[in-house]
Amino acid sequence: MIKLENVSKKFHDTVVLKNVNIEFEPEKTYAIIGSSGAGKSTLLRCINLLEKPSTGKVIVDGVDLTKDKAQLNPIREKIGMVFQNFNLFAHMSAKKNVMFALLKVKKMSQEEAEIEAVKQLTNVGLAHRLDNYPHQLSGGEKQRVAIARALAMHPKAILFDEPTSALDPEMTQEVLKVIKALNHTGMTNIIVTHEIKFAQEVADIIIFMNNAEILEVTNTKEFFEKPKTDRAKEFLSNMI
Amino acid sequence: MKVNFGAIVEYIPYLLGGILVTLEIAIAAALLGSLLALIFSLLSRKKGILQSAIKVFIDFFRGTPLLFQLAFFHFGIPQITGIIPTPYISALVVFSLNSSAYLAEILRAGIESIDKGQIEAAHALGVKSWDISFSIIIPQALRNVLPAIMNEFITLVKETSVVSMISLTDIMRRQQIVSAATYRFFEPLLVIGIIYLVMNIVLSNIGKILERKLKYD
Repeated sequence: MIKLENVSKKFHDTVVLKNVNIEFEPEKTYAIIGSSGAGKSTLLRCINLLEKPSTGKVIVDGVDLTKDKAQLNPIREKIGMVFQNFNLFAHMSAKKNVMFALLKVKKMSQEEAEIEAVKQLTNVGLAHRLDNYPHQLSGGEKQRVAIARALAMHPKAILFDEPTSALDPEMTQEVLKVIKALNHTGMTNIIVTHEIKFAQEVADIIIFMNNAEILEVTNTKEFFEKPKTDRAKEFLSNMI
Repeated sequence: MKVNFGAIVEYIPYLLGGILVTLEIAIAAALLGSLLALIFSLLSRKKGILQSAIKVFIDFFRGTPLLFQLAFFHFGIPQITGIIPTPYISALVVFSLNSSAYLAEILRAGIESIDKGQIEAAHALGVKSWDISFSIIIPQALRNVLPAIMNEFITLVKETSVVSMISLTDIMRRQQIVSAATYRFFEPLLVIGIIYLVMNIVLSNIGKILERKLKYD
């Protein structure tokens, strides 16, 4: 459903993505790994066009998002995103954060949106935090609100941009547990992460990036047993 | 000359009557100025001719004295256009434009203080730019710059005193009239000083109440 064709991205003179080609199949979980600055987050952000590719196509459900501006919001509605820094709306309670797009984008009634928000927040273990504001929540709780906010839209795919990088080890585990529960529930999950163990645990496919390029797209088991490229071998040996 | 409030007691209602004139101009200018400022600050988020034009406008109104602006609009421009505006219209136009320039700068700072991540998150959810502006950016920006906005309103109330130059009978002008009639300055000046002070204390308390209402952290 999501396909990047010859996508490149430059910031001024720095190349951050070099001719990337990849197709994400429905209902699979992908982990994008690689060292910092490899272009992982930029690749992810190109999928919903938060970053506009310098050249190339981003095709979602048959629509080239780089061309068809009118389709951008309808497509974004179907692709959830969870950020490293949570990015919750600071002036809204947890419940309002989840309700916001349901009201504005899905045009639900207040009651419908509230029922959905309570349901999603309960699913991530935050039934007791509905009326708390972001600043009253812990990092792990904030990220779970952000996940509930994305899930409430019932997206076909969900993008995780280093979802645990700003969390301490304990909170990391609580968030990873929630993400893991989403595995094979009908969505395509694309996760940029530095948690290699977690990637190994949840991903069907590993996308290994280095220096603005995709070096490998390999089944998880195979990638960890015998990576194809020397750079991946080196990367994995540094992890242990 | 001894201080003698008895001599001006009969003029006190007349001086108090100036409050209405002052408030009328200040409130109308605050409302019109805020509306314009909001439009300016939203329009100037995008680079282009519009942004440059707004910048020139703001530079003009922040870079010249208010007294000059009022004189220029009321006495200067009519010489060319031949249309002589009423003092009230001149005051309203100049004060609205002047406060819109200051408020636009305040709002711009407020808008820039909003963390870009929230805006990205809203875009990622498929929310329209319009809804992002009015439901995410403006409520938080307003709350962040409310003290600065109240400051601007207080300044506005005080600066309306220059309309006495174009013979609008505001508080300040009425003091001049009373002083001319009674040959007394200390008493009427003290009275209008207190009037201005009380008005602004009330205004700043309204600001504090608003701040408390908008508080979320």
